[in-house]
Amino acid sequence: MTEPKRTPLAERHEELGARMIDFSGWYMPVQYTGIVDEHNAVRNAAGLFDLGHMGQVDVDGPDALAYLQYMTTNDVSKLAPGDAQYSMLLYPNGGVVDDIIVYRRPTGPGYFVVINAANIDKDVSWLLEHAEARDDLDVSVKHVSDDYGMIAIQGPHAEAIVEELSSVDLADMSAFSCRDTTVAGVASLAARTGYTGEDGWEFYCPIDDTLALWNALLEAGEPHGLQPIGLGARDTLRLEARMPLYGNEISDTINPLEAGLRWVVKLKKGDFIGRDALAAAREVGISRRTVGFKLVERGGVPRSHYDVLVDGKSVGFVTSGTASPTLGENIGIAVIDKEYAGVGRPLEIAIRNRNVKAEQIKLPFYSRN
Amino acid sequence: MAVPTDRKYTKTHEWVLVDGDVATIGITDYAQNELGDITYVELPGVGDDLGQSDSFGIVESVKAASDIYMPVAGEVTEANGDTEDAPELLNSSPYQDAWLIRVKLSDAAQLDALMDADTYEKYLEEEGGH
Repeated sequence: MTEPKRTPLAERHEELGARMIDFSGWYMPVQYTGIVDEHNAVRNAAGLFDLGHMGQVDVDGPDALAYLQYMTTNDVSKLAPGDAQYSMLLYPNGGVVDDIIVYRRPTGPGYFVVINAANIDKDVSWLLEHAEARDDLDVSVKHVSDDYGMIAIQGPHAEAIVEELSSVDLADMSAFSCRDTTVAGVASLAARTGYTGEDGWEFYCPIDDTLALWNALLEAGEPHGLQPIGLGARDTLRLEARMPLYGNEISDTINPLEAGLRWVVKLKKGDFIGRDALAAAREVGISRRTVGFKLVERGGVPRSHYDVLVDGKSVGFVTSGTASPTLGENIGIAVIDKEYAGVGRPLEIAIRNRNVKAEQIKLPFYSRN
Repeated sequence: MAVPTDRKYTKTHEWVLVDGDVATIGITDYAQNELGDITYVELPGVGDDLGQSDSFGIVESVKAASDIYMPVAGEVTEANGDTEDAPELLNSSPYQDAWLIRVKLSDAAQLDALMDADTYEKYLEEEGGH
C-alpha cells in the first residue's frame, strides 16, 4: 500500500488533537472532539473543514462551454460569471461517473470544476479522454488539484467570521455564487457552497497559503464558537441535509433519476453523455425511487448496503444511514422499488439478524429554514 | 481516565470485576473513546448461558457497530437496562454506571489468563501506538 497523501494541514490536525484516518488515499481528520459535538457546532455556531483532498480541474478555451455542456448534466449556459452549479458526469448508460460543482470564474475566462477525492484519477482521465476525442472543440482541460488548498467554513456564524477577514463584502453573495477576494491576506476564490445544509463558504486558495488561511479563520472564529470538523460529522451533516455521497446515493449503478436528482439533469439542453440513456429510462419509467426513512423501534443504526424489506421481501437497500444528532432518530436513505415508496409507508431494515421497523419520512431530514 | 486496578481486562477491551462468584462486565474507557458517540446497546437476556469469548451484545456508535465479548464464561443474572435506555452512559461512565451485565461465573480459573490493570495499560500503549 502506498502512503496516504497529506494536505498542507495534516500536521495542524494532529496538533489540534484530531483522530486521523486514510480516506480515499488521503490522511484526513475523522474527528477532533467527537462527531456529535462537531455536528452540533456546525448546526448552532460554525465549523471549519479541511477539504484539501477534493480535486480541481480548470476548463478553458473558446469551446469550454460547449465541452462542459457535452460532459455534464446541468445547463452550463445558465452560468453568468461568478455562478456555481451542482452537476454530474455520466457514463453513456446513465450511471454516474461523479457529482461535481462547476464554477464560472468571476473574472477572466473559463470554468473551475470541483470533483470528489475518491474519483480524481477516474474523472481527470474521463475529462481528458473526451476533450481529446472531441477534436472539433477547442478546449483546454487541466488537472490543478495540486495547486489549490480548499477550506470550508459552515454554520450560522460563518458569515460574521468571514466578514471580519475578507477584503470584499461576502455577506451579499447569493447561494451558489463565487467571488474573488483576499481573506486574511490570502488570495482566494470564495464560493457560497457547502455540504452541510448550513450557510457558509468554500475557499480555494494557493496551496502554500492553506495553513495561513486555516489559522486565520480558526482564530477569528473562536469567539463565535467555530470548531474544526472532521469527516465523521461532515457525513452526518450532509446526510441530514440529504446531499448525495458518490458511491452511496449515486454511483455507476444508481442513476440521477433513481437518486431523485432529476433537477440536475437538463434533458432539453442538447446532447450530453448519458442523455439518451436517461431520456429512454424516463420514457419507460424509472422502477426505483430514493426515499428517506426513520426507524420506529430500537434495533441499531441503519447503515449503507443493509437490505430493505416489505412484508419480509427484499425491495431495495440502504444507501446511507446514521444516528441523526439533530433529529435524535436513526435515519437513512434507501433505493427501493417504486411501488413501495411513499411518505408514511412502512419498511423494514435488516440490521444484523433482525428486521427493524421503519417508516418513510420526507426528505431532506433537515433544512435550515 | 485511569484504568481501575480492582478488575481484569481482555485484549478486546472488556473489563470484568469479580465479587464472590458474580462477575460484572463492561467495556473500557479506551473502547468507548475509540467508538465515539455511542447510540445503541444490545445486551443478552437474563438466563443466557455464554462461553468465554462469545459475543454477548452489540455496542454501536454514530461511526460503527462493534461486538462485545465475554471475558469469562457464565450465566447472565442481570443486564443493565440503563445502558440500553441511555447508551451515552457508556461514554461518560464506562467503569461505573455503564456496567453491562452480571454473570454467575462458571470457571473462576478463566480469570487467570486475563490482564491486570498494569498489563492492560502497557497493552494499550503498544496497541494505540501513541
